[in-house]
Amino acid sequence: MPEGVKKESNQKFPSELFDLLTGNNELELQDVDILLDELQLLFQPGMMAASPRVAALKAAAKPTSLLDAPFSLPIQKYPGQVAEVTLGATKKDGGSRGKTITIGGEKSPAFYTFENPTPNPPVVSFDVFDSKTALPRSVRNELGDTYQDPVSWAKFVVDKLGADMVTLHLVSIDPLNPKPATPAEAARTVEDVLQAVDVPLVVGGCGDPEKDLAVFEKVTAACEGERLLISTITLDMDIEKSAKLVEKYGHVALAFSSMDLNQARELNRRLLEHLPKESIIMDTTTAALGYGLDYAFSIMERARISGLLGDPELQQPMSSGTTNAWAAREAWKKLDPQWGDKNLRGPMWEVVTGLTLLLAGVDIFMMLHPAAVKTLRNVIKRLTTKSGTFDTDKIANWVSSTL
Amino acid sequence: MTDNQKGGLKQLSPIDVYSLLPKTNCKECGEDNCMAFATKLVNREVNLEKCTPLKDAKYKKNYAKLVEMLKPAVKEVTIGVGDKAVKIGGKLVMYRHELTYTNPTAIAIDVTDEMSDEEISSRVKYTQDFSYIYIGNNLQLQMIAVRSTSNDADKFKAAVKKVAEQTDLPLILCSYDAAIVESGLMAIPKARPLLYAATKDNWKEMAELALMYKCPLVVSAPNDISLLRSLVKTMIAYGVEDVVLDPGTFANAGLGETINNFTMIRRAACSLGDELLALPTLGTPITAWTEPAKNATLTTWKETQIAAMLINRYADALIIHATEGWSLLPLTVLRQNIYTDPRKPVAVKAEMVEIGTPDENSPVLITSNFALTYYTVAQDIESSGNSVYLIVVDSEGTAIDAGVAGRKMTAETIADAIKESGVEEKVKHRKLIIPGKAARLSGEIEDLSKWDVMVGPQDSSGIAKLLQDKWK
Repeated sequence: MPEGVKKESNQKFPSELFDLLTGNNELELQDVDILLDELQLLFQPGMMAASPRVAALKAAAKPTSLLDAPFSLPIQKYPGQVAEVTLGATKKDGGSRGKTITIGGEKSPAFYTFENPTPNPPVVSFDVFDSKTALPRSVRNELGDTYQDPVSWAKFVVDKLGADMVTLHLVSIDPLNPKPATPAEAARTVEDVLQAVDVPLVVGGCGDPEKDLAVFEKVTAACEGERLLISTITLDMDIEKSAKLVEKYGHVALAFSSMDLNQARELNRRLLEHLPKESIIMDTTTAALGYGLDYAFSIMERARISGLLGDPELQQPMSSGTTNAWAAREAWKKLDPQWGDKNLRGPMWEVVTGLTLLLAGVDIFMMLHPAAVKTLRNVIKRLTTKSGTFDTDKIANWVSSTL
Repeated sequence: MTDNQKGGLKQLSPIDVYSLLPKTNCKECGEDNCMAFATKLVNREVNLEKCTPLKDAKYKKNYAKLVEMLKPAVKEVTIGVGDKAVKIGGKLVMYRHELTYTNPTAIAIDVTDEMSDEEISSRVKYTQDFSYIYIGNNLQLQMIAVRSTSNDADKFKAAVKKVAEQTDLPLILCSYDAAIVESGLMAIPKARPLLYAATKDNWKEMAELALMYKCPLVVSAPNDISLLRSLVKTMIAYGVEDVVLDPGTFANAGLGETINNFTMIRRAACSLGDELLALPTLGTPITAWTEPAKNATLTTWKETQIAAMLINRYADALIIHATEGWSLLPLTVLRQNIYTDPRKPVAVKAEMVEIGTPDENSPVLITSNFALTYYTVAQDIESSGNSVYLIVVDSEGTAIDAGVAGRKMTAETIADAIKESGVEEKVKHRKLIIPGKAARLSGEIEDLSKWDVMVGPQDSSGIAKLLQDKWK
């Protein structure tokens, strides 16, 4: 087949046909003479219906049955693999949890299941705060009175909402509070929550590097062997000391960096000096939909692909503080009625933020709104279990159905 | 990557491009030399047409090679005509961090030929008037999909006519019956709508229509990429060039396969140079409505979910049924996010912003002009209920810590920004709150600006607390 019709040959054609032929690179034109013969045949009187003649012209050289074009899966091999990390420990492993949860282990980008199955489904952890926190009304509506204290809040999300994990945020320890909780008090709260629920736990600090470390020192020791996820270890902390606490008392470190892959690498590298790769999860920062989600998404997607391509400093499972979605005013603010009920818009903001990062490769989500959590869990289940058979005809029906 | 991989963008080097340019260093393109032009071509920052010497007959071969070399991995297809015509596809890369995604996912809202006139009008109006201003961008919807539920050619024609009378937005004509689609086309013979869809059963008739009316055509093969390729190959042999791929959208069972199909198609196009799949894709979240949930809200919820996933995973156009702000606002914001240029740090204007109703006693704070920092800080102040003057310093679009470390945000730039803002005429005091991450500049700022500096929190979420405790 020639690359295209040469202009010189085309000049013989009536100009209206020229228009129709140019730009058509795939025409079967072994020999222009043949085509001219065909044209003469086609242009007999009576066959010249207004525009269909054009189609007829093409049809002369056109396939009469479907051409075969089998597809083979575009599979790629990656030299790297994401580490597998287990959270929580049961009695036999020195903890008290009813179950453990393992994440990570990917050999392909997120949900490229044509390449490799997803080894461990990503997990969603419910946020629980240890003291009064400003929550969006649409979230409060779902939680009832339970959010007044961390124990009843944690019990509610586990017993009533079936939470797989709970993230206990120790915001009460913040030195900026009028009466910040002491490390010992904070450790007691963690123990109380461990007593109340039997799912694996994430324990979060307040963001003050010194106070957090002081609290982690108490918490890691008091909860020895529970494989808590200690959230977070940052570059401005005493990394060696933090890592050694995590290692000594059998926990997992959450390495937090602020949207900078080099920072993420450095932090992982320094933690890996003291911890096995099975004890580190990384968080490269989650920004809300509309408020930097694009950065968060691309940093995570790059981190994951770099890890799979062999960068040993980016092969940790990823965590997302998806609750940050609520920082977007569109999530909680009453807007003009055309933008809908904020009780739907808010959780959907969290869902869209979460789904986007799910596709970037996040393994553990920390989330707030029960409906958003449920949605993420449902989607994860759909993406990680075989669909079995499904009805393609039914899908095709959308065209002609009254929906 | 496999052996039959074609030169994807990553493999394309400025040298490859340079070797085909005239190498005259004539500067007619506006660049200093041909190498600089070649680099910009590879980064898609300039158009090849800017090279005038290349138009010379002696470079004909080189020109053709360059066009081929710089061709996007995914073909660009235009739907509609005139100002509102929509371009889809034209993607250069698989991952957005490699290079910017072109042509944001076009969103169509459906109407049917059995809806009342009022309903059609209100849905068309909704689609046409949809507008949300977000960081200076107007988020909009792009197309109307007209479906034939009546299976009556005349009714369909009337509906298409009605819609076309009310809007210039491009249309998608949806029916598997070519006679019905043709009847719709007769109402708008020159409007170049997207035709939905050619299948294994009707491909010949649909191909005829696409040729006759010069329209782009969707080929549809739910969850069957081999059939999809076969349809594409046949369409191309038939002479239909502007083909759009519909691998099926399954919102429930089959969701995993849907994500896989879109991903495989894009990978085949971008990494393997599979010409038959190097075409724009159409997602149909509307299929969520064929298996409705308990109520319309839940079905809309599901439709939004799958639409969000497909905006991330390579859909170049979407057909959506629900016209709910709580669904379409997050979707259009997501699309805006995903299609921004990842290479440019997003910066906001460096200026003084008044939050609330500040007066002569109100606090004065500074922040950087990195959009993410600015919006977070402004948001935190706003939600705290305080009225303040916020001076946005030009940090060249970097965050505070990076700006301070990289000397893009210095005591000098801050002192200058204070002076230029005119804040000294607005407030009686001389007390400046700076970000915790700029703490080490405090002494120098005091020296240069003669303002007292109060170091704020590390994170702007602490501003409310700071103002409550320390501002008086």
